[in-house]
Amino acid sequence: MVEGTRAVRRDATLPLAAGLGFGLVAMAFAALLIGPYPVSPAQAIGALAGAETGQAATVVLSIRLPRVAAALLVGGALAAAGASYQTLFRNPLVSPDILGVSAGAGLGAVLGIFLSLPVAAIQGMAFLGGLGAVALVALVAAAVRNADQTLVLVLTGVVVGALAGAATSLLKVLADPYDQLPAITFWLLGSLAAVTAEDMLPALPVVLVGLVPLVALRWRINVLSLGDEEARALGVEAGRLRLLVIAAATLVTASVVSLAGVVGWVGLVIPHLARMLVGPGFGLLLPVSAAIGAGYLLVVDTLARSATSTEIPLGVLTAVIGAPFFIGLLARGRRGWT
Amino acid sequence: MDVRLAAQGLAIGYPGRRIGAGIDLELAPGGILCLLGPNGCGKTTLFRTLLGLIPAQGGEVLLGGRPLAAARRAEIARAIAYVPQAHAPPFPYRALDIVLMGRTARLPALSQPGARDREIALRALDRLGIGDLAQADYSRLSGGQRQLVLIARALAQETPLMVMDEPTASLDFGNQARVLAEIAGLAGGAGGEPLGVVLSTHDPDQAFALGAEVVLMKEGRILARGRPEAVLTGEALSTVYGVPVSVERTEGGRLVCLPALGRRPPGQAASPEVMDIA
Repeated sequence: MVEGTRAVRRDATLPLAAGLGFGLVAMAFAALLIGPYPVSPAQAIGALAGAETGQAATVVLSIRLPRVAAALLVGGALAAAGASYQTLFRNPLVSPDILGVSAGAGLGAVLGIFLSLPVAAIQGMAFLGGLGAVALVALVAAAVRNADQTLVLVLTGVVVGALAGAATSLLKVLADPYDQLPAITFWLLGSLAAVTAEDMLPALPVVLVGLVPLVALRWRINVLSLGDEEARALGVEAGRLRLLVIAAATLVTASVVSLAGVVGWVGLVIPHLARMLVGPGFGLLLPVSAAIGAGYLLVVDTLARSATSTEIPLGVLTAVIGAPFFIGLLARGRRGWT
Repeated sequence: MDVRLAAQGLAIGYPGRRIGAGIDLELAPGGILCLLGPNGCGKTTLFRTLLGLIPAQGGEVLLGGRPLAAARRAEIARAIAYVPQAHAPPFPYRALDIVLMGRTARLPALSQPGARDREIALRALDRLGIGDLAQADYSRLSGGQRQLVLIARALAQETPLMVMDEPTASLDFGNQARVLAEIAGLAGGAGGEPLGVVLSTHDPDQAFALGAEVVLMKEGRILARGRPEAVLTGEALSTVYGVPVSVERTEGGRLVCLPALGRRPPGQAASPEVMDIA
């Protein structure tokens, strides 16, 4: 019986990986064809192979390919971070924003726009703002020693997020309403419209660096989801591991938020789909969440840029899709805080 | 290797809230220590201190002669397995996954459990007669089944010592007897090396059944310890639990504890004074 079930599970993992991989490639290719300028599959393949020149090749290689790659990166990273945070906080209703990374990044970016800094500096400030907010939360939680660490972290995250939100609002009031305010609003709703290949170069390695400890420690992160006390009794240094996971997931989130702005809901909703597919084991949950998240954001971004003549902000679409899904989960849900 | 767990003049509790003090205990492989005492007397706090999950408020805990406070979590987890009271996990893990987590302290930091770990986990489930639950969703099991899975996890941890917080609390009558027999077997060396087990329970009969050394606690202090026949007298139980209790011998020769329910007609009263035969 046992040998049988183990074999079945291993056999199921390969087709799943193959299916997800094939699906992503197919969707990415389809996304290259979609848009106001018509591109045929043959032209797209030619452009990718370097055989095609001319306008179609320019559209595919310079406009659509960076954007498709950015959607895959941002979606995958947000979903991976969401899966990590949910496992860490032992709560399936947690999103990567829970410790204030998005609010902090938002404040950083808005400050950058307010100061009329160049794009790269705005992205840098968003990244630092996200890391700074979470670092502040972690410091406060560490100072409040004799209490439930998870609860302190989450509550401090809410407080720091609200503070950053207030500062962002103040900057919006002070910003130039014709020039800066639209940029701020657009950034806070998330968009890949302005992302270039050059923008992605610094973000990609940071995301990978953040993913390394998450993948390497996947078994222990599982154990951590039993709660601190049990994890420690099972031999895991829970406090240290939690800090490491928070740092890694925050790095991943902050780097893509600085690229794409605040894109909500992906990190909250996608890990649920992944959990329905492969169960809660973090070793499989992490890569499957990343793959589904990448595909999901690719679809949403392709919709955002092609469904209407004016581009729809990403955050609006992900919320419109994510909110009903989330309500469904709440209605079905059987778990809150343990 | 000396894997004795000892508490010396131990004070337990939290900063600013001391729960108990003056606790001396010793647990060695092959021994069973049975903690008895009313709700809130500090049994769980004592366990958490013995496991190094919370710091001692005074005195010290020694594991193999070394201060527990200096040991790394993985070292402790290779020496002492912990069976907490059954709880609901936030995610629907399979029972086998939960048991496999018991292997964590045996794995190198960046490893996943392998085929051998899976075998050990399955053997632990089989041993408790729940091998068929391996693939079941742990979060949907009954409280009793969960408790058995947690005991299987402790077995998979392959430690010389085991701390069990009310291991029979949520079990049905049959499973209680099964788990007690398993505990007696573990301490007797049925699984290879004899284990040292410390457990808490609300049922003094279990101490008689196990022939365990009894530690009777009240308000964070040890009132008495020793053989159950000596410690668990009707008088002592009446004092600790605040209700009249009699201890009687069955025809089979086992001692059982009987609390008095409400008032009884005079003459038929099972008062602790007259019924104390221990």
